[in-house]
Amino acid sequence: MNHSNSPIEARPILSVRGVTVQFGGIKALNGVTFDMQRGQVLGLIGPNGAGKTTLFNCLSRLYQPSDGDILLEGESILARKPAGIAKMGIGRTFQNVALFPTLSVRDNIRIGGHCRSRGDLVSDALRLPWVLREERELDRKIDEIVDDLDLGGVADREVAGLPFGTQKRVELGRALAAKPKVLLLDEPAGGLNHEEVYVLGDLICRIRDAYNLTVLLVEHHMGLVMKIADHVVALNFGSKLAEGTPAAVRSDPAVIKAYLGSEAA
Amino acid sequence: MSAIEETLGQTVAAVEVRKSSMPTVARLVLLLGLLVIPLGVSDFVVFQVTTVLIYAIAILALNLLTGASGQFSLGQSAFYAVGAYTAAIMMEVYGVNYALTLPAAGVICFLFGFLFGLPALRLSGVYLALATFALAVAMPQIPKLAVLEPWTGGVHGLVVNKPEAPFDLPLSQDAWLYYFTLSVAVVIYWLCANLLRSRTGRAMLAVRDNEIAASALGVDLSLYKTLAFGTSAAFTGVAGALGAIVVQFVAPDSFTFQLSIAIFVGMIVGGVGWLPGSLVGAVFIVFVPNLAEGISKGLSGAVFGVILFAVIFALPHGARQIADWIAKRLPR
Ligand SMILES: Nc1ncnc2c1ncn2[C@@H]1O[C@H](COP(=O)(O)OP(=O)(O)O)[C@@H](O)[C@H]1O
Ligand SMILES: [Mg+2]
Repeated sequence: MNHSNSPIEARPILSVRGVTVQFGGIKALNGVTFDMQRGQVLGLIGPNGAGKTTLFNCLSRLYQPSDGDILLEGESILARKPAGIAKMGIGRTFQNVALFPTLSVRDNIRIGGHCRSRGDLVSDALRLPWVLREERELDRKIDEIVDDLDLGGVADREVAGLPFGTQKRVELGRALAAKPKVLLLDEPAGGLNHEEVYVLGDLICRIRDAYNLTVLLVEHHMGLVMKIADHVVALNFGSKLAEGTPAAVRSDPAVIKAYLGSEAA
Repeated sequence: MSAIEETLGQTVAAVEVRKSSMPTVARLVLLLGLLVIPLGVSDFVVFQVTTVLIYAIAILALNLLTGASGQFSLGQSAFYAVGAYTAAIMMEVYGVNYALTLPAAGVICFLFGFLFGLPALRLSGVYLALATFALAVAMPQIPKLAVLEPWTGGVHGLVVNKPEAPFDLPLSQDAWLYYFTLSVAVVIYWLCANLLRSRTGRAMLAVRDNEIAASALGVDLSLYKTLAFGTSAAFTGVAGALGAIVVQFVAPDSFTFQLSIAIFVGMIVGGVGWLPGSLVGAVFIVFVPNLAEGISKGLSGAVFGVILFAVIFALPHGARQIADWIAKRLPR
């Protein structure tokens, strides 16, 4: 599953450069630097509290780094408002599923299309013809996503009552509806059983290809990371510990030590 | 988090997804009923039913704010007052046709609500309720200001002329105003229903359900919260303008915070987030106080309180609970 990068694609799609985040006394991230190449699945690993979610929150502009920069296709995202990030092409899922609980599966995914549509207050209230066309187009796209993620059976159900694994797929579908270039998945295997994790791995690779994505995957489940990641970055206490192919990072003594300190990898 | 906030939060969270708020048949029957109501009843009854429609618009507007965007307001009487004064001043001071005052009231109240929504962005739950309450308490003083008196008529208020039915229609003034109000109410209902199933409405629902997720999907939280305030204020302002025309009088004390409370009660009784419930809520706040007075003149307040308590106790989700109950038992 390795990618041979042609010279044209040599420029990284996402560059994390010396990103530092501090919470009071703790440095949750300390000068973290790495690049993501187009089409990659990059696995971000590290023990609990290593700073993985904090990095995600910087990438979706929920946290402001005190130092460093994040470039998407060469352009800094830190100058953008949080609401502008989705439109730039960064989509995400959340470690503890963050859906719109009272809305249907379909409406949750529809909201994912927010940044790719234009309906404004007045045109929406009057349901102008172009709004109707846009809604129909959106619905077609939603149907595709619902099919791809096998959500057809629950599409009109309220998400609050759905099993956790299904909710995670809804969240993934919602992120896809925003047509991201880079998709951030925060522990997608968390709470899934062995078989579900296996299916998830295939699903991530399939949507990566079908939707032309670059995926940043935070995962505790080493088996999954080793199976689908092209490249791995290991964090510990907010600093980058190692970077390289899955096999290389896995056998890195510093990584083994960090994991033995908390849990067996 | 206070108990009040929790309870209100639950009421809002309980709003469930519905493709269409009411089946088409039910809607047609309701509309037909509304069309024939003024036939063969006294002008006073027609006036009362017109008032119901006006309150229904105001409750609908609050429903858009609370039901869709999850923000509370006890300040709706202020927007209502601005709409009412806009209509009265335009008609009586500047001689503008009554029908033209409605869009003007809508636009002015939209701006007012939008601007009020900006500072309110920093507040949520009970704190927002308190800030809007402060607005409602302050508002009745404004028209009394000496500088505004030439327009507002100060404490005495303004008397508004009652419009005649146009095109020589064989309708009494009251019946005409009823149909005029009904048309406006239908249009506003249509606009609200359109909004709720549009990109804008979904963005508001997203903000209500999960701000962080909404933001990560590109929903501008401040924009949609203030738009919800503006839109709600605009429709409330139109209701206020209609109120001025129908009651033929505006005065500062017609718009105390009790009006806000009445609108709030109407929304709860109808069912938060269920648009058709607005009409039920309006019927409740117009007729139940009369009913209470009929039962006991001296204790009408207490009787009203007991009835309200009983209704909320039996139907915590308001009239929508009855609608749901019926819908479940209807053959598909
Ligand atoms: N909002 C916050 N306020 C204070 N500390 C935080 C906050 N978010 C994360 N942290 C701290 O930053 C560190 C990294 O956390 P996190 O990024 O969640 O780790 P991971 O996702 O790798 O398990 C932890 O020590 C955590 O307690
Ligand atoms: Mg985490």
